[in-house]
Amino acid sequence: MSDSSYNLDHLTELEAESIYVLREVAAQFDRPAILFSGGKDSIVVTHLAAKAFAPGRIPMPLVHIDTGHNFPETLEFRDNLVERLGARLIVGSVQETIDSGKVKEETGANASRNRLQTTTLIDAIEAHQFDACIGGARRDEEKARAKERFFSHRDDFSQWDPKNQRPELWNLFNGMHAPGEHFRVFPLNNWTELDVWNYILRENIALPSLYFAHDRVCIRRAGQILAHSDFLTLRPEETPETMHVRFRTLGDLTITGAFESDADTLEKIIDEVAATRITERGGRMDDKRSESAMEDRKKEGYF
Amino acid sequence: MTTSSTPDHNGLLRFTTAGSVDDGKSTLIGRLLYDSKSIFEDQLEAVESASSQKGIDGTDLSLLTDGLRAEREQGITIDVAYRYFATPKRKFIIADTPGHIQYTRNMVTGASTADLAIILIDARHGLLEQTHRHSFIASLLGLRHVVVCVNKMDLVGYSEDRFNEIVQAYKNFSSRLDITDIKFIPISALHGDNVVDRSDNTPWYGGGTLLHHLETVHVGADRNLQDCRFPVQYVIRPQTDAHRDFRGYAGRIASGVFKPGDKVVALPSGLESTVDQILVGDTSLDKAFPPLSVTMTLTDDIDLSRGDMLVRANNQPESTQSLDARICWLSEAPLNPATRYVLRHTTRDVQAKITEVVYRIDINTLHRIEDDLKVGVNDMARVRIKTASPLLIDGYRDNRSTGSFILVDPSTHLTVAAGVVG
Repeated sequence: MSDSSYNLDHLTELEAESIYVLREVAAQFDRPAILFSGGKDSIVVTHLAAKAFAPGRIPMPLVHIDTGHNFPETLEFRDNLVERLGARLIVGSVQETIDSGKVKEETGANASRNRLQTTTLIDAIEAHQFDACIGGARRDEEKARAKERFFSHRDDFSQWDPKNQRPELWNLFNGMHAPGEHFRVFPLNNWTELDVWNYILRENIALPSLYFAHDRVCIRRAGQILAHSDFLTLRPEETPETMHVRFRTLGDLTITGAFESDADTLEKIIDEVAATRITERGGRMDDKRSESAMEDRKKEGYF
Repeated sequence: MTTSSTPDHNGLLRFTTAGSVDDGKSTLIGRLLYDSKSIFEDQLEAVESASSQKGIDGTDLSLLTDGLRAEREQGITIDVAYRYFATPKRKFIIADTPGHIQYTRNMVTGASTADLAIILIDARHGLLEQTHRHSFIASLLGLRHVVVCVNKMDLVGYSEDRFNEIVQAYKNFSSRLDITDIKFIPISALHGDNVVDRSDNTPWYGGGTLLHHLETVHVGADRNLQDCRFPVQYVIRPQTDAHRDFRGYAGRIASGVFKPGDKVVALPSGLESTVDQILVGDTSLDKAFPPLSVTMTLTDDIDLSRGDMLVRANNQPESTQSLDARICWLSEAPLNPATRYVLRHTTRDVQAKITEVVYRIDINTLHRIEDDLKVGVNDMARVRIKTASPLLIDGYRDNRSTGSFILVDPSTHLTVAAGVVG
């Protein structure tokens, strides 16, 4: 037996780790859920879950927090995927949270529903009594996320206490908790953006068309390109124009920056990502509000 | 090509670093990330603007790794931070941990999943308490590979004599540890000597650079491919029309190589069967080995559930209700011999009591402390543990999966200790 036949490439090793984490959630929790945004990371998590529990169905629902400002392409993709996998879908609506008077919509040119999602998410967690919510976040995305555990504890108020996290040793994950508390679980913690793209290519995973270069009417704002839509309040100096763009992350229509690109295949996207010198979330207005913007939102219970 | 399937690609290397504020650890990591082009422009701009806001000359690369507000405010690393970089040869995961004794538990956490440890020694100061501490933790956690970086060589005039002196001192010390592969590299993290590029300042040094060593060090042989251990993690029973009778045992191979047709024994029942299929998704494998996550089917319907283990008849783990172990205490609440802790081992939970603290270990001197046996946060101790039902264990030296466990306090649900068998 030659030793080299027992070497694994790093994507296979990352896949094995993520599948282990997903199965550990199914084994340790009564009411787990996958938080599905429609972005590539949550699509990869869903793909891994399908593999982890094959030939059975994914034993937990997909939960989508719908800001009401989603790209129509995202919603269409979501519905097709759910149908193909025979999965259960639960939608939490930010519009309903606003209508109920629990939160107030931001106003002005920079208005976004990004922060409001947290309330809708926590409401959904309480209504369905989820004890584990699986997300597609990665440690390489952002500096506060670099400290995340695989099993990340949230208290009764869904808050994260980053200075007081449970130590996580080997692959022995401790999901024990009191009633009302829950965990956020991050199977992709050790993946980088490039790993995700290479895995999508290797596994031939379908993605929303928004990730590939296409013509779209956009505006330029604060050095960024934003998709023009009914949800965007134009400033006097802004003129919508058609550009050849793609998106690197998919969030709410009002905050997700596009950039000009000719990458219309996975191979071209991978080359582009490998060569890029700007981080993935560099195009997210929500992270730019302050140096601790992500840490502060995570403490409140954000994704 | 950016995919990982190229034949000269060495897969994944997980390594740990430990250090305190001024020994250059953050600078070294910053250097590895920067020189391997793993820092992005917007990250660098953010760090540069934060540095100048704080009135620091130049760019403080440690701001790249200190992610929490409290860490930036206090200028310290509190928790384990995970960092990622890749070269055409390998992908790397760094578990970056603080080095001060009050963060021993973070160092232990970082080392638990690492293949290799980087120990930094300031060339001016030589071996310090924390050198001993980091090395002991690496040895206890079963890391087979250590790279001793003698840093700040620029401040000792790149002296070969000084380097050799430190190498000799470290060898004398490490002969008491259980580390098989130790490399010594003279570096200056600040100026980049022998980190990514070979230095002209150390013509007397014949070895490779740090990055070259990290890219090529062979860790595959550290995996245990002899002793077949498959802890059942989850049972898959679809009960759909298409898979009415399917019963699959999902889990991660802890050690050994499993193949379809292998005769296996289920523990603790002792029932025998044969491996039918080994699946990842809908793909059948002709063999499975660590760390793959697979689903196995057997040719017989036997009772098997989470916490049980599949092994070979002629090579079985020890089944026992009492174990000798070394533990690191992780919790602010001290060890309480009256508490029934939950012991998690592989995929099994059992009740456990610590029946005896044999001695504590002074992790700076490696001396045994036998007169004060109170175990508190960050303490290391040798203990005896009794469990309510049998565990299937191997020595940690032979098997990091079946030789490790954690203790959980059932009243707070907190992880209070990490332990290794033997």
